[in-house]
Amino acid sequence: MKIGIPKEIRPGERRVAATPDTVSRLIKLGFEVQVESQAGAGASFSDADYTSLGATIVPAARQLWGQSELVLKVQPPEQNLELGVHEAELLPEGATLVSFIWPAKNGELVERLAARRATVLAMDQVPRITRAQKMDALSSMANIAGYRAVIEAASFYGRFFTGQMTAAGKVPPAKVLVIGAGVAGLAAIGAARSLGAIVRAFDTRSEVREQIQSMGAEFLEVSIKEEGAGGGGYAKTMSPEFIAAEMALFAKQAKEVDIIITTALVPSKAAPLLITEEMVSSMRQGSVIVDLAAEAGGNCALTRPGEVVTHDGVTVIGYVDLPSRLAPTASQLYGSNLTHLLADMGGAKSFHVDLEDAVVRGAIVLHEGKLTWPPPKSAPMHAPPAPPTKSVAPPAPEPPKPVAHPLRDALLAAIALGLLALLGTVAPKEFVSHLTVFVLACFVGWQVVWNVTPALHTPLMSVTNAISGIILVGGMLQISGPISSPVTLLSAAAVLLATINISGGFWVTTRMLRMFQR
Amino acid sequence: MPESLTTIAYLVAGVLFILSLGGLSTQKTARRGNAYGIAGMLLALGITAAGHVHSYGALAIAVAVGSLIGTVLAMRVEMTSMPELVAVLHSFVGLAAVFVGIASYLGSTPDMAHAEGVIHAVEVFVGVFVGALTFTGSVVAFGKLKGVLRSKPLLLPGRHALNLLLLLLAVGLGARFLSAAEHDGLSSLLIMTGVAGILGVHLVLAIGGADMPVVVSMLNSYSGWAAAAAGFMLENDLLIITGALVGSSGAILSYIMCRAMNRSFWSVIFGGFGADEGAAPAKRAGSEPQGEVTSISAGETAALLRDAKQVVIVPGYGMAVAHAQYPVYEIASLLQKHGVKVRFAIHPVAGRLPGHMNVLLAEAKVPYDIVLEMEEINEDFPETDVVLVIGANDIVNPGALSDSSSPIYGMPVLEVWKSKATVVMKRSMASGYAGVENPLFFLENSKMLFGDAKKNVDAILTELRSTASSAAAE
Repeated sequence: MKIGIPKEIRPGERRVAATPDTVSRLIKLGFEVQVESQAGAGASFSDADYTSLGATIVPAARQLWGQSELVLKVQPPEQNLELGVHEAELLPEGATLVSFIWPAKNGELVERLAARRATVLAMDQVPRITRAQKMDALSSMANIAGYRAVIEAASFYGRFFTGQMTAAGKVPPAKVLVIGAGVAGLAAIGAARSLGAIVRAFDTRSEVREQIQSMGAEFLEVSIKEEGAGGGGYAKTMSPEFIAAEMALFAKQAKEVDIIITTALVPSKAAPLLITEEMVSSMRQGSVIVDLAAEAGGNCALTRPGEVVTHDGVTVIGYVDLPSRLAPTASQLYGSNLTHLLADMGGAKSFHVDLEDAVVRGAIVLHEGKLTWPPPKSAPMHAPPAPPTKSVAPPAPEPPKPVAHPLRDALLAAIALGLLALLGTVAPKEFVSHLTVFVLACFVGWQVVWNVTPALHTPLMSVTNAISGIILVGGMLQISGPISSPVTLLSAAAVLLATINISGGFWVTTRMLRMFQR
Repeated sequence: MPESLTTIAYLVAGVLFILSLGGLSTQKTARRGNAYGIAGMLLALGITAAGHVHSYGALAIAVAVGSLIGTVLAMRVEMTSMPELVAVLHSFVGLAAVFVGIASYLGSTPDMAHAEGVIHAVEVFVGVFVGALTFTGSVVAFGKLKGVLRSKPLLLPGRHALNLLLLLLAVGLGARFLSAAEHDGLSSLLIMTGVAGILGVHLVLAIGGADMPVVVSMLNSYSGWAAAAAGFMLENDLLIITGALVGSSGAILSYIMCRAMNRSFWSVIFGGFGADEGAAPAKRAGSEPQGEVTSISAGETAALLRDAKQVVIVPGYGMAVAHAQYPVYEIASLLQKHGVKVRFAIHPVAGRLPGHMNVLLAEAKVPYDIVLEMEEINEDFPETDVVLVIGANDIVNPGALSDSSSPIYGMPVLEVWKSKATVVMKRSMASGYAGVENPLFFLENSKMLFGDAKKNVDAILTELRSTASSAAAE
């Protein structure tokens, strides 16, 4: 099966749908891969890089499209101004196309492709289920966008991100506010933290609190309790009261922070307006806002998609091509997502469109020219994708706690007191006085030994060993009889053993304690 | 010599013993504590010799021989064999208590008509019982630690019934002993000594190798109670005080060890490890840790350590067995010279004796301020680049926290898996004393370094030295 990788024609698009690495994986899957000349140039891959791994270079776009049964692309097909033809028209009849499609807003494109009787899989429609994480191109790109947003912010921000104490004086760390802790938001938190900034983050979904904290950011909250989790790992639109409270929070934060990165998106709606013009004006001169929702209208009132504007000394970055600005990595991840999808669909040998497969069913827009989008709503597809860097620590449930038995304890205490009282009535005075000494000594011992540092537990054992040799006194008290009497012999044996204990115990303790040094 | 002076001297000796234990609360005061102990002992012996002994011949010989043996033992013992020494010393106290008890019975005329007589007889009986139990239990513990006896628990069918039977037998003999006239009870006393001895053997045989710290500290406690019982029968307060101190000290240590393993005292004493485990392995079969074990070479480990900023070394009994503490510390100091922050993490039940690892590291001249307890270091693991686990297994098992079907579930462990990389030195993939699979080995950031701990540690050291010297040559 022949795969074609055309050069992207969208102005400013530097990504490519396959890198030399993913090409070699496609070839391993049994595909024959041809790449348009200079397709990888924007992502720093030369034609020679591709040919050395077994791909064929095709010089012209028309030829490449014409020879391919399966076309892999990044951007949706569009009018090729150079050739004066729409890319959809270049696709051979009945061929398959896999790329970003955005079918909801590109109805006309879908019609054009349907006219070609094409089978079209939209990478932006891959469902967010656990099994599909390796094909989730939106997460891959969001991860890159989040990282790049911080890098862009840093390049426009005139100060360090990390605080420093230098010989010339102190530099305070930058304060970064990340709004929306999806994949992009978490990636931004991670990048900003690694640069040394103090990071705070806000999200309407309380479930992401731990993810935010695990990335090292502070989780900001509003006082109103309302759950903001919608389906598929996205947020939903919140109530007016909640929005008022969160706007108050942002207004307050705007005065404090140096960098704001907004990533708030609600599926198939315009991005919510979170940062007003007044908030921008209230920020310190030199502050930076990066609006990752620029393409969907922007979270900031001043955002102009694709542009950088300055207002009252605050830079508002509205780039819509952040993943493309990290083209080699973005191409690699996107290419891997494609490769995983194709491997799941059977590789070259048994390539087929299985409409029963949840991933394929979600992503497919056209099947042999017939519209199959949107997919019928079946099982709820929750399970948001895992954050990009997930700690491996297993959750630690509380170990079971011992249960208190107040009744049983009281009963035992009563029995003990009763026995003591009984003993008091029959026992001779001497015995009771010895018992007093014994019990008090137990308590003193208990108190004293708890203070012993665990590092010295072995010396503690050897010292107690030595002093338990005090039983020697017991032998001495009875040793004075005639030398041959059993009492004397037994006592002498006891004295001998106890002396071994005393000298051995103290000596070895001395030896050990000599070793402990700082 | 007036009676009161003796009593005052005993009081002072008792206070000195308490100060001695108190001194062990920090490393700085520990040596002074030991000195207090010696002073207290000399005072007690001096005053007893002066006040109560009339013929010194037998005493002098016994003391001379005993001191000689003790000193030689103490000078020769290797720090890795401390558990054995402690066990053997416990057995001496136990045996001495048996002798003192029997002598006390023979030396006095029992007067069963009065409460005093009965109480004295009971004291003798209890003292001998505890002494015999301590003696044989310690001998078996010694054998297990030394490797003469198998460290696997011996689990006889109906062993709880057997224990109960032996105990009832002892009580029955006690009744016969109390009702005997003059010295006719001697046979009962001696038979009971044998019964207590068998009980001690059986109890300790049923306990597995990993539980030895509990057993040793429990026997420590028993030896104290035996001394206290001797004090009661001889009406000697100093013996009572000292016995009580030692007894409670051992009891606390046992308690700490049990808590560190999240096991009840009774399950250790009567259980044998995992005795009620018959059904558990089947249940666990589904949750067997899955994944690949990645092994690593000594050279790669050295490179990993050299590139790290923070390293934590977790020693276990395997380090003691391999006598690897010296090269381990050399590795640590080499890394420190490179600017790597190196610390040691000690789990309360690492080794075969409470605090055993601390002593071994101290022997290798590791400064005690970089040797940390579990609570002190657990929260630092996420910032740690490399954790080196040397001959430890169960104490670094993440299953103890996450897998409720694991027999060691709930036991606090060193959370090494939170670090960026963990290198586990192990002989093979065999499971630890608890017989529990360790999911740590299958984690992505864990690497296994198989082979003899000493050889591997030496190899890492050589590697580090060669790169250090080549760096210096440049």
